[in-house]
Amino acid sequence: MSATTAAWLVLAAPLAGTIVTGALFRRLPGRSAGWLGTGAVAVSFVFALIALAKLQQATPSHRELTSTLWTIAGSVGVDARATILVDPLSVLMICVVSGVSMLIHLYSVSYLQGDRGYSRFFAYLNFFVFSMLLLVLAGNFVLLIVGWAFVGAASYMLISFWYRRTTATSAGIKAFVINVLGDIGLVLGTFFIFRHTHTFDMLASFRAAPHVFAHGSGDVTAGCLLLLVGAFAKSAQIPLHTWLPDAMEGPTPVSALIHAATMVTAGVYLIARMHPLFQLAPAAGDVGAIIGCLTLLIAGTIGLAATDLKRVIAYSTMSQIGYMIMGVSVGAYTAGLFHLMTHAFFKALLFMAAGSLISAMGGTQSLDRMSGFRRALPFTFGCFIIGGLALSGVPPLSGYFSKDSILLFVAGRGGWHWALWGAGYLGAFLTALYTFRMIFRAFLGDPCPEAAELIEHGHLFHPQAPTNPANGEIEDTDVGFPGPDHVVAERAWPMRAAMGTLALLAIVGGIVAIPKSTSWLDHFLAPTFADSTLVGHASNTVLVIGLILGAVVSLGGIATAYYVWVLRPGLATSIRARFAAPATLFENKWYFDELIDTLVVRPGAWFGRFAQNSFERVFVNGALIGGSTGLVRAGSALVRASQSGLLRVYAGLMLLGVAGVALYFLLQS
Amino acid sequence: MSIAWYLTLSALIFGMGAGGVLVRRNPIVILFCLELMLNAANLALIGFSRMWGNGDGQIFALIVVVVAACEVTVGLGLIVAMHRRRLPVDVDEMRELSG
Repeated sequence: MSATTAAWLVLAAPLAGTIVTGALFRRLPGRSAGWLGTGAVAVSFVFALIALAKLQQATPSHRELTSTLWTIAGSVGVDARATILVDPLSVLMICVVSGVSMLIHLYSVSYLQGDRGYSRFFAYLNFFVFSMLLLVLAGNFVLLIVGWAFVGAASYMLISFWYRRTTATSAGIKAFVINVLGDIGLVLGTFFIFRHTHTFDMLASFRAAPHVFAHGSGDVTAGCLLLLVGAFAKSAQIPLHTWLPDAMEGPTPVSALIHAATMVTAGVYLIARMHPLFQLAPAAGDVGAIIGCLTLLIAGTIGLAATDLKRVIAYSTMSQIGYMIMGVSVGAYTAGLFHLMTHAFFKALLFMAAGSLISAMGGTQSLDRMSGFRRALPFTFGCFIIGGLALSGVPPLSGYFSKDSILLFVAGRGGWHWALWGAGYLGAFLTALYTFRMIFRAFLGDPCPEAAELIEHGHLFHPQAPTNPANGEIEDTDVGFPGPDHVVAERAWPMRAAMGTLALLAIVGGIVAIPKSTSWLDHFLAPTFADSTLVGHASNTVLVIGLILGAVVSLGGIATAYYVWVLRPGLATSIRARFAAPATLFENKWYFDELIDTLVVRPGAWFGRFAQNSFERVFVNGALIGGSTGLVRAGSALVRASQSGLLRVYAGLMLLGVAGVALYFLLQS
Repeated sequence: MSIAWYLTLSALIFGMGAGGVLVRRNPIVILFCLELMLNAANLALIGFSRMWGNGDGQIFALIVVVVAACEVTVGLGLIVAMHRRRLPVDVDEMRELSG
């Protein structure tokens, strides 16, 4: 089996899983749909590993394979083909995506148990994984756009999975609309590239790009900026990030899937994949780096003020994706993808642990209500600590090396990039602070009633009536709402297995690219990024300073969090009262929702109403439709007048007519 | 006797019939007038038949008589039905089909 055959099978397995689960959703008993979905993604993961092995056997110069299944459209200069591109970058992505997705599927087998939409959930989940794999394997811009749009559609279906919750459906719509904005950016950007390279094939485009585009010319910069719009919408970068926190309305495994393996990493992948174009457009790269840097700081400050457990983790995702976007924009492709991989491990772990904690709380997500779960949920506590340490970048966990290798490269670019470098370490401090604020508030302190019930009686808390955690509405447990058995916490073995594996990966995942000692990832990705002209020349001094600073900053953040939220319980409140203005700003998420509402939504709605009142009512309804109907009506009134119903008049007219005809023929002859 | 006499008589009878259809309001009289028009046409047909010396026109006339008989049957049936339902037997009153 060649690497490309394996890659096609990587795509086929989750697609088959979607079709089978979707078609047989009424007939699959018990948890069989879950196992079917997990099995499909596991098959996909195995084939991804086969593709990896086959690619490793090839010589480094032959590690860029394409395979075309059929031509979608091939005329008048358009070459839209179903082509996949198998190279180290895409193989790394399919391994991470299918591997982490497999664990998330495994977790969901137990987590979604008892939900009336169990089979539907796994059909969607498999479709999501298929879309993401299609996106990363695409070797043709058209196929990339298809995968890109599929990911948006799948996220919509999964975020509004509990479709009878109004909060969930509106969150799904928000995610979909912002993603479509990104799709438009991607399509227009592709058009800018296609106009000059005259091909949709990625490799051919990249080869042609240096010859048809002048370095930094307007068209390639515009194309890359439009691609960045797509990347920002998918990867939740400012100002297109507002969908991501709202996407927490979906079931927790969906949050894990969106944040860890699929979806938000698509933007990072896109920039890394399009690096031959971005190198021709340094201005676009600078924009990406600055936006990424702003996002990581702003998301960090919001995470510090958020009180919803899942939203804190969501903002941490935004902030970490900010690092990745900043990294790949300045040219740190390997480091960015390294962080993508380690982030997938520890973020999936954190979300799974959060799901366990939330189910122990009976669905409540507010940090204000949680405390003292350390003894009640020891396994979850351990996972949270490992995930939190990796996220904060504490040595020697995976996040430490990946974050520092991005910042090392940034420093190597020199000049104004030093500001990004400094902001990156400030962001790392914030990360440690809000992560451990969350962990200390949820796990330390006196046990809350739910935790106490678990410790004293050994059974999980069941709420009196199921409620929507977002607005407190009473719900039932029918289809479209969370099922009655949504309370499983860490008891079920599939959940423990998934969390345990990820915890292990989060600890040791950094081993693939420890600066100056192991460089497996660099060697593996080297063929893809061999043509990169952006190199960071960081000295060993900067490396050592960076590594020490990273450790100090993360440990300092944790220590600060411990001091503020554990040792001095009242301190947080007094700090909040002292700095009321920034605290309000952070709590209201920097007013981005309100800003977008004022700038885009309200003018759009106003224009819609205006068009309805003026154009629609007056011109379309009045002139076009009213005019034509009036014409027909007047004509028919005229004809109707001659239908008197008087028999003798008809007879007379007939006689006159016949006489006229006869007279005509007489005169003719 | 020249064909002109036949045709003149036929035209006169036809004119009387047509005039009757146009001016009279009683449907029975209108039916009579229709018969007059048909038979005027018959007269012309037979006149032409004689003129050309073959029987085609006579055959036509016979067919017209049959058609006229059918028409009278249907027409009288309608009039009887109207009378039974106590509707006014007047063509000017029957104008429900006006537009």
